[in-house]
Amino acid sequence: MNEVVIAGIGQTSVGEQWDISLRELAYYALEAARLDAGGLTPQALYVSNMLAPALSHQSHLATLVADFAGLQGIEASTIEAAGASGGMALRMGYIAVASGTVDVAMVLGVEKMTDQTVSNVTAAAATTMDADYEAEHGLTLTSQAALLMKRYLHEFDVPEFAFSGFPIIAHANGATNKNAMFQRAIKLASYQRAGMVSDPMNMFDVAPNADGSAAVILTRPELLPKKFVHPLIQINGSSAVTDTLALHDRPDPIVFNAARLSVERACSQAGIIPSDVDLFELYDAFSIYGALALEAAGLSEKGKGWEWASNGDLSLEGKLPISTFGGLKARGNPGGATGVYQAVEATLQLRNQAGENQVKDAKTAMIQAFGGPSSTSVTHILSKLG
Amino acid sequence: MDIPRHWRLKKQRYALVGEVCDHCDSKVFPPRDICPDCGEEAKTLYSFSGKGEVYSYTKVFEAPAGFDENAPYTVAMVKLEEGPLVTAQLTDLDESNLEIGMPVEMVTRKLRSATDERGMLVYGYKFRPVMA
Repeated sequence: MNEVVIAGIGQTSVGEQWDISLRELAYYALEAARLDAGGLTPQALYVSNMLAPALSHQSHLATLVADFAGLQGIEASTIEAAGASGGMALRMGYIAVASGTVDVAMVLGVEKMTDQTVSNVTAAAATTMDADYEAEHGLTLTSQAALLMKRYLHEFDVPEFAFSGFPIIAHANGATNKNAMFQRAIKLASYQRAGMVSDPMNMFDVAPNADGSAAVILTRPELLPKKFVHPLIQINGSSAVTDTLALHDRPDPIVFNAARLSVERACSQAGIIPSDVDLFELYDAFSIYGALALEAAGLSEKGKGWEWASNGDLSLEGKLPISTFGGLKARGNPGGATGVYQAVEATLQLRNQAGENQVKDAKTAMIQAFGGPSSTSVTHILSKLG
Repeated sequence: MDIPRHWRLKKQRYALVGEVCDHCDSKVFPPRDICPDCGEEAKTLYSFSGKGEVYSYTKVFEAPAGFDENAPYTVAMVKLEEGPLVTAQLTDLDESNLEIGMPVEMVTRKLRSATDERGMLVYGYKFRPVMA
């Protein structure tokens, strides 16, 4: 297989962007990535998106994005794997370039979540679960995560507010990310005061839905000029794994098996173990997912994932920084674009361009996106080339 | 409105009809034709008793479109006595008694309000505390 590198990155700010359309959002990230890559034009475009058919009445999105960007004539397709769409599109781009079929691929995530009312967005997002046996019974993504957290608290000995560390770290890191939806740190007291969303989860245990677009350009290093405009970041591990779609179909719902397998496979391809990575962009759509991701990666024992978040180990200066630009919780969760944001942010870290958010001496990063409760899990390992 | 989609599920929604595996006797709900325990074909219909216990539960305040008028409502995963977990709403609750492990039984109720001008209502299983 060929080596695959990230030659360019682009992102828009994340949040409520009522003055910018779906196609414009995508175009801004696309142009930013092309500029960053020294004007490289992709032959293939993989657009990740989760809900445009439901929320923007727009299917066939990749062709619209290519068209609007003046790239008619290239290959383009839309990749959907719920919240893991961005990770999955990155994998499709990686496979295309690694195989030698495509020389330059662009992976572009875009999502517009804020045009519709909350109840419409909640209903649309619920279609990513089992429509007949979960969504039709009134289950939502948020209440599904709450079922997991409630059971976790029942099975394990966990102190009150044990999960507060995840949003506190995310918001601390988001404070210095100018693209983040929330740029203010929060205190434990705010977490303790926050209203319940779906007990035992409060407002700070749930990442906000947002608009946003991010893009990366992938190619083979030998196709680039010797002295390129910035350091090249290599994708040296890539894995996508499915579990049962419905949470109730698993023998033990609080074990994220697809997450475990995708970490094992991506790390094995990269020739590392999870504890080797210098940062972990995990999928903190809900704080319980953060704990379960750490457990699935083998970084923590079952029932102990929350401990990591309570002792500083996950902050920018800690042993294993997570959510280094705010994660889903503070940067915001732009659905199908989220996995591409993770790739952009990890690239900034590995290029040593993360500014105030820089993880010192970051050489290897793990990024992971979930569709639902790890019903799909996509994990990538990125590192500095050479 | 997707009437056939709901009509096809009438046995499951009204009578908790799943499957039993002829190879390992595992009980399967929702039906999936391939036994999750042994991987063999499992297509023999099996009626569940409707009895079980609460595995986990939570209250939904931000309801999806179609469920707004019932909010807040309680959703749960229920462990059926035959083995499988099922997702459903809890109803007829005295919330002071609600806890993981509470015995429950299936009842038939309206799942959601009409989603269009044709006014189709969707009925199906919910679970209520077992009457003493």
